[in-house]
Amino acid sequence: MAAQRAARTKDEADHPSSPVLQFGLDKPLKLDAGTFLAPFQIAYQTYGTLNDARSNAILVCHALTGDQHVANTNPVTGKPGWWEVLVGPGKIIDTNRFFVICSNVVGGCLGSTGPASTNPATGKPYGLDLPIITIRDMVRAQAMLVDHFGIEKLFCVLGGSMGGMQVLEWAASHSERVFCALPIATGARHSSQNIAFHEVGRQAVMADPDWHGGKYIDFGKRPEKGLAVARMAAHITYLSEAALHRKFGRNLQDREALTFGFDADFQIESYLRHQGMTFVDRFDANSYLYLTRAMDYFDLAADHGGRLADAFAGTRTRFCLVSFTSDWLFPTEESRSIVHALNAAGASVSFVEIETDRGHDAFLLDEPELFAAINGFIASAARARGLSA
Amino acid sequence: MSVNRAQRVDLEVVADLIPPNSRVLDVGSGDGLLLELLQETKQVDGRGLELSQRGVNECVARGLSVIQGDADTDLEFYADQGFDFVVLSQTLQATRNPKVVLDQLLRIGNRAIVSFPNFGHWRVRFSLLIKGRMPVTKDLPYSWYDTPNIHFCTIRDFVNLCEELGATVEKATALDANGQKIGLSMPWWFWNFFGQQAVFLLKR
Repeated sequence: MAAQRAARTKDEADHPSSPVLQFGLDKPLKLDAGTFLAPFQIAYQTYGTLNDARSNAILVCHALTGDQHVANTNPVTGKPGWWEVLVGPGKIIDTNRFFVICSNVVGGCLGSTGPASTNPATGKPYGLDLPIITIRDMVRAQAMLVDHFGIEKLFCVLGGSMGGMQVLEWAASHSERVFCALPIATGARHSSQNIAFHEVGRQAVMADPDWHGGKYIDFGKRPEKGLAVARMAAHITYLSEAALHRKFGRNLQDREALTFGFDADFQIESYLRHQGMTFVDRFDANSYLYLTRAMDYFDLAADHGGRLADAFAGTRTRFCLVSFTSDWLFPTEESRSIVHALNAAGASVSFVEIETDRGHDAFLLDEPELFAAINGFIASAARARGLSA
Repeated sequence: MSVNRAQRVDLEVVADLIPPNSRVLDVGSGDGLLLELLQETKQVDGRGLELSQRGVNECVARGLSVIQGDADTDLEFYADQGFDFVVLSQTLQATRNPKVVLDQLLRIGNRAIVSFPNFGHWRVRFSLLIKGRMPVTKDLPYSWYDTPNIHFCTIRDFVNLCEELGATVEKATALDANGQKIGLSMPWWFWNFFGQQAVFLLKR
């Protein structure tokens, strides 16, 4: 079973069920680690049609465990795209009107070059030989994809969580290419607490004997137990105490009484185990290490002399930030400090905090107030950009 | 919406002071009426700062550029002279530190426009003098115990504060109980007695 899944991981990494853009040795990706990645590839999905002026493109940036399948059935899980509530024909991000691009991040495991991809130098998976990837590297690669479409300026870049970090990076390092930016439930840096949670997850993966120092694919193995534990711990941070209590309370799982053992007596235990198990089916453990590291390393102010406002100096991009009251992974204060920096930079910025008990994951869910804010922001930006309805 | 606007004559007076295509920050932008009015009639580049999250979310849903924040604490984050005009309409009396807020407005904006209810209006004086009660009027509908308005001033008080802050009054308008402008040539004491609201254009 594990061997089969290891083979599939390999397959999806090298030959994904998405269009792929390949960059040869002549077009290396410059990495913050001080080296270059070449050759490399980007797997992506697009929806809708690019208009003649190439002015209606929207780039969606996915979160840590997301992928390019934002609005189509996911080929790995068979489930709907991860943001189909928002993106699609007639939806708020209307693919009848906009040309929507979403690419798997570099370092990911669904077809863009990542640790499970074949290292051309060895013919084996990169594993830990892949250089550390940063958020800025991901964005640099996306910019090369956007170039490929001949798009000079994106109408909008949006995303939540790690996707929001990419949005901020786009706005900071390619501001002239972003008409409007929508970073949701994110921060301009990863907090100490968030790094701590990521480290727990990484240590869980590395403690699994099947991890084999990162070379598990060569051994026909996968560190599934470790990755599942990492996912379980992380999943708690995506919810809120109130939502957990509302959904599970202290309810028992398929039993009348406590068993006085270590079975999943409680529904919450059973739920978390399920989350862990389904996650390892679709995600590569080394990718999890690389992408959590990318988030940990993100510190936009540090990249600009320690002053966040300087990251946005002179920007003409319109911003709308969104946070959720019960999000303790990226609390409202994180968004507010970005707003203050944007104010100091004289940027056009809107900021809504949405009341919900659904925690960090609220950005992926059907939240009417979130949709109303996005809709209002996109509609007014589209008018300003001269995009007809 | 036009009904609401009719109730807020001061908004029209404020809008008249702002030339087309200006950069405007509306502090205490509320339901966004002024920003909408300015965008429609003056094509301004408008931003709002509003305390109530509900007000903010509604404004953003209508396509206005508004953030949640507190005039008392969040103005310091704006750059010097970042706007042509900073507007504070009917909000000064609700701030904890009106002097600091006004100072910030003059720092952020090339010009500041401030409108406020005049506590020197004869009805207010009448209520206190004759009835011995804190005034509750059409413009000031709150009782003393539930009012958000903690720092009332009269037109004369405000003029003094402007002097203290080194601000020049470029234009001042008083509105009577019917929302009509009071004649320009009237002396301060007259405005202070009959003006129910005042709108000031300031520069420093």
